[in-house]
Amino acid sequence: MLIDFFYTVKKAGVPVSTKELLLLHEALAAEVAFGSADAFYQLAKLCMVKDEKHFDKFDVAFGHFFHGLEMIEDIESFLIPHDWLSPDWVKNLSEEDKKKIEALGGLDKLMETLKKRLEEQQKRHQGGNKWVGTGGTSPFGNSGYNPEGIRIGGQSQHQRAVKVWEKRQFKNLDDSVEIGTRSIKMALKKLRKFARTGAADELDLDDTIRSTANNAGLLDLKMRPEKHNAAKLLIFFDVGGSMDWHIQLCEELFSAVKTEFKHLEYFYFHNCIYENLWRDNHRRWKENINTWDVIHTYPKDYHVVIVGDAAMSPYEISHPYGSVEHMNEEPGRMWLQRVLETWEQAIWLNPVNEDHWRYTHSTQMIHQLMGGRMFPLTLAGLEAGIKCLSK
Amino acid sequence: MSQQFTGSDRYVATEDLQMAVNAAATLQRPLLIKGEPGTGKTMLAEEVAAAMDMPLLSWHIKSTTKAQQGLYEYDAVSRLRDSQLGDEKVHDIKNYIRKGMLWQAFESDQQVVLLIDEIDKADIEFPNDLLVELDRMLFTVYETGQTIEAKHRPIIIITSNNEKELPDAFLRRCFFHYINFPDKETMKQIVAVHYPDLQKQLLNAALETFFELREVSGLRKKPSTSELIDWIKLLVADDISPEVLQGKNIKEAIPPLYGALLKNEQDVHMLQKLAFMMRRDG
Repeated sequence: MLIDFFYTVKKAGVPVSTKELLLLHEALAAEVAFGSADAFYQLAKLCMVKDEKHFDKFDVAFGHFFHGLEMIEDIESFLIPHDWLSPDWVKNLSEEDKKKIEALGGLDKLMETLKKRLEEQQKRHQGGNKWVGTGGTSPFGNSGYNPEGIRIGGQSQHQRAVKVWEKRQFKNLDDSVEIGTRSIKMALKKLRKFARTGAADELDLDDTIRSTANNAGLLDLKMRPEKHNAAKLLIFFDVGGSMDWHIQLCEELFSAVKTEFKHLEYFYFHNCIYENLWRDNHRRWKENINTWDVIHTYPKDYHVVIVGDAAMSPYEISHPYGSVEHMNEEPGRMWLQRVLETWEQAIWLNPVNEDHWRYTHSTQMIHQLMGGRMFPLTLAGLEAGIKCLSK
Repeated sequence: MSQQFTGSDRYVATEDLQMAVNAAATLQRPLLIKGEPGTGKTMLAEEVAAAMDMPLLSWHIKSTTKAQQGLYEYDAVSRLRDSQLGDEKVHDIKNYIRKGMLWQAFESDQQVVLLIDEIDKADIEFPNDLLVELDRMLFTVYETGQTIEAKHRPIIIITSNNEKELPDAFLRRCFFHYINFPDKETMKQIVAVHYPDLQKQLLNAALETFFELREVSGLRKKPSTSELIDWIKLLVADDISPEVLQGKNIKEAIPPLYGALLKNEQDVHMLQKLAFMMRRDG
């Protein structure tokens, strides 16, 4: 029986090997847990999962194997989860969802509508696209087509007996979802390049010993400069328009990057890089910097990171005068190519969920222009991107 | 296995944590503990040692710690100095080998609890260097050719704050437990363990405020259990009555002595701003 269970867990994406299975058997044989399903759940989790980011996958697999997740039974007893009030979940929405939300009259309106629906609705509902329930395409509900960000879960007022694994309390520890300043910094650390520059103020022990020996035992101190992180970073941020949805994520990335790199330069652009960039978003129309100047100022050894959702009209990339904001003599494509030719190590970070990229034509065009070096702005994506940069 | 670990009069262990400790003790494998800062990861080792009546050896890891230091260190510099002074000791290399924490744990006559604290602080290769030592519980001293084998396999508790990811090979050799942030009921038990005669009203009011504060979105560092305990200590010392805490929204009134709960300037500013906005709107 445990063999099937083992493969269910493995299939759910939890990295388990034979060793974990044997360990579980050993623990069972030693009677660490007996009797209840809860105890077995705890023991199995203890033996098979080695990182809290896999807890959620394990919970799902466990639930699937032993019971099948029970669907929400009485919708009335569920409250709107607290995190709806924070903007975190907004970033998980696709373009279409955002449009739908706008069509429904914006976020506040949506919340109102939801509350009303909850009141109107008396029975459990499944399928369809209006009511709150499970498995439908309505913006509200559980496990439907709509993004998990607006999943109705939360805590039951009536204290319905929810099994531990059904609570799925580790849902947001999955690293493809959560990203924070600290974790971004951890990912950025991999881009570190240590070099010794500056004043020689550190004792070089090896060299001291060697030259002391050469000196027939008379002490000859040798100094060397301290190690510094010499990686240089140039960041271009897309601001305004559709990027407003991702502002929190970009802020986090920016604040992490700012403290991690000594040599950091950043510029803003809108939609696509054209002949002008700016440093201060409040004065973008007054204080422009010519993109040529940027290209000529920063040497080839800078790493380039472009952050943007790459969602725009295809003409902005392909045609002159395609920009929505000004008259551009050269198409965005030209400028992007110039940037890529100047700095070979470049990546594009896209805050939009990777699954939605293929629905936007411009995203595909840029993905192609970047030679496939477009990564989602999640921890996993950032790590892959940094790896690509440091090659 | 002689005893079961069930928490102590100073430490509340949830059921799954008890199981984790007991599994690690029974199957004699290291137990890796992760969790938010301030949830009592380090304290666990002390309490396990106390509850099982075993001595505790702690090895605190720093960014410069090497795996070898846990086994032994050969002090070549003192030997060199002694050789120049003509000390008799110099002829025996054993005099210059300093035992590390693992060695001490292995050679102890009774089973011990070994705490390897904050393993993620060390270099990324550190856990890999300890694989065989933790698995087989033996190692060789190259200088003397001696093999050190554990007389009693120690109960090894390893804590991590998740600053670095640990290698798979290492993880496979451990039990893993994530200390979840305590829910209200557990928290009540925890506070009761620390302050047995605290007024019930004050406790409820304080917990209410505390959990409400944790809910405020955007805090850089959410207050944790150890902060709550400190805060309650201050509340009791200042003789603050429960009424001061009760019936107020956290966003309208900043809790008294908030310095114990919020350790970050930006968080304090944010709360003040929120309070200001709520007052203005209301």
